[in-house]
Parts: sequence; C-alpha cells; structure tokens
Amino acid sequence: MRIAIASGKGGTGKTTVATNLAQMAARAGRQTAYLDCDVEEPNGHIFLKPAIEEERPIEKLVPTVDPRLCTHCGACAKICRYGAVASLPNETLIFAELCHSCGGCELVCPVDAIHEAPLTIGTLRLGRSEAIRFVEGVLNVGEAMSPPAIRAVKAAAPRADLVLLDSPPGTSCPVVETVRGCDLVLLVTEPTPFGLHDLSLAVEMVRAMRLPLGVVVNRADIGDRKVHEYCKGHRIPIMAEIPDDRAVAEAYSRGLTICDAVPGFAERIGGLLARIDEGVGR
Amino acid sequence: MKIVVTAQGAEMESPVDPRFGRAKYFVLVDTDTGQHQAHDNAQNLNAAQGAGIQAAQTVAQLGAETVLTGHVGPKAFATLTAANIAVHTGASGTVKEAIEQFQAGRLESAAKADVQGHW
Repeated sequence: MRIAIASGKGGTGKTTVATNLAQMAARAGRQTAYLDCDVEEPNGHIFLKPAIEEERPIEKLVPTVDPRLCTHCGACAKICRYGAVASLPNETLIFAELCHSCGGCELVCPVDAIHEAPLTIGTLRLGRSEAIRFVEGVLNVGEAMSPPAIRAVKAAAPRADLVLLDSPPGTSCPVVETVRGCDLVLLVTEPTPFGLHDLSLAVEMVRAMRLPLGVVVNRADIGDRKVHEYCKGHRIPIMAEIPDDRAVAEAYSRGLTICDAVPGFAERIGGLLARIDEGVGR
Repeated sequence: MKIVVTAQGAEMESPVDPRFGRAKYFVLVDTDTGQHQAHDNAQNLNAAQGAGIQAAQTVAQLGAETVLTGHVGPKAFATLTAANIAVHTGASGTVKEAIEQFQAGRLESAAKADVQGHW
C-alpha cells in the first residue's frame, strides 16, 4: 500500500513522521520503501542516512525545432498554454524551463519540424537504510518545475508492502502529483490557527481527489483545540498525536529519528502504523 | 522607423509602463508618418508565466524595430534579440516624451537584460 505524508503548512513534521514510520515498519519485518518526493529540498536522507547504490539522471521531454523545416507559421506558439514557445518572423525559440512536456507543439506542427528530446532536470538516487528501500529525487537548482521529477521518483518505487511518500508542503501541483494514486494521505498539522488554516486547504485538495485521509497532530499540546474540533466536524480521523517535547527537537537537530533518540516515541509511531493499517482496511 | 513604447494607456500622452512583459499597452509609433496605434497587452498582463516571451513575440508581430521601456528581463531580452529588435531601457514620462528621449539619444541601448525575471 502507498501512504503519502503531506501537509498544507511547511515544517509541521512530514519528514519526521515519514522517516520514523519507515524505520518502525522495516524493523517490524515489513518490506518498506521510503520515497522522498520533496525534490526541491529532500531531507529524509539526513535521518535515514541511506547507502546510495545507484544514481541516474531525471529527464523531461522538451521540444526541439528543426530550423530547416520550420515555416514560422506560429501554430506551436499558439497551442502552448505555458508561453514556452516564441514564434518570431525568422526563428522559433523554445524556453525549456517553462515547458510542461505536453507535446502539443509537436502534434500541431504542420511540417513535422518539432520533435521532443530528453533534458536532464535532476538526479534520482536509490539506496538502502537498514532494510528500508530508499529513493529520492533531487531537482537541479534553477529548475522551475518539480512534477516531472516527482513522477520519476514514483516510477522508481521498488516493490514493497508499505510505500511511504514524503510529500512537499502546500496544495499545488507537486503535492497533487505526490498523493495521486495513494491509498491514504496522512496530513501532518500543528494545533494552531495557522496550522488549521493550511490543514483545511490540504483537506479540500485531498477530498477533491477522492482519496482517504487521516490527520497527525504534531506538537499536540501547544495552541488550541480548533484542529480537533475541525477534524471531528469533518469526520476526519486523528490517527496520532505527537507531544511537544524538547527532546524531539534536539533529536531532529542532530539528524536522529525520534524512535531511536526519544524514549516512548517508538510506541507512538507503532500505534500510528496500526491505525494506518486499519484505515486502509487491512 | 517603427517603435513600440510600453505604456499604461493607449495614447501618446499616456505614461510609460516601466514593465515590459506585463505592460498594459504597447503603443506602436511610426516616426516617419507620426501615426500611432495601441495594442492591448491584457492577455500577457495576466499570464501565469512567460509574459515577457509572449510580449516580445507580440512586438515582433507588430513589426517594430525598436522597443522603449523601463526595464527588460532575461527571457524577453533573448526573444527580442532573436527577432532583431533593439531594446532601450530607462524610458520615462509619457509615450511622446519617451520617443523624444530616444531621438535625442538619451535612452541607453540594452546589451543584456537589466533586471531578473519577475522583478
């Protein structure tokens, strides 16, 4: 099963939850894979410290124009919704960083002057951390679009009983790309007005995609009870609560998982794993 | 000579719009005949991305040889250069005054973009 760990707000504890779930599941003998889909700033490796066994380029397709065939008719620029093509009187320019690889320009070119060619936009890294199969995507600095890299990470997912997808924050395309096709989306939040605001946006996104969801309340004893009331009112299960504990922050700052570093947290994460299994119906 | 001036309105007396890609209007001035016509850039003004590129394409289609504007970003500059259109930055005042500044040689010819994208 595929579980995405996401949040509206950044910095709520997605990676903490995802890496600790991976560790506890693998130690319980389950075939586990951890996919870091936060390709603009992957940080799961800091906690899982994988041995990288393979690296390969992540590519996206971008159009190339054959100037000998181009008649400068402008059909390619007209079809492009992303403004990535400029059709000038004597030249057709492609701006690869704006291209969404839809292939529209190649389809409409009446003289077959446009063909898509691969362009490297990042690196896929595969390895192991204990028994966890580890995959991360690293988008090259300056690349504007992460979904193609996220698709590459998902396509490289090894066969495993439990696949954990560590999502980027927010509710836009990269998150949609990450959670698509998952069996459950865990939304990590903080019980604060800001946390609730962004949680509600994330809930709307997940519901629009018709995916099952659950909430993890991190730093559960700060803030107020509004997140709890919201979840109750919207019939969203709170699958775990992680207390605010200085020892958690200290472990995090040293790159340690809380299961290893803070007494009592292995049991909490184990409990969350059990709730996830119930939530997915197994 | 056909010159495009980026403007906040459609007239010769309209103020110059310092932005290129997201300028409100492109006022095309033919300095030989004294005629002018305005092109509404609303479509690029509201574009999510690629405004500079598409604006440059528009300017090329208008048949301009020179653009007078406040600032120009890297993608717009690359597109204008590919279309053999000269770019002069630092225009101010009205469209009419920008033309006068240009004809008096007071506007710098841009050899590269003078601002980052999305400035």
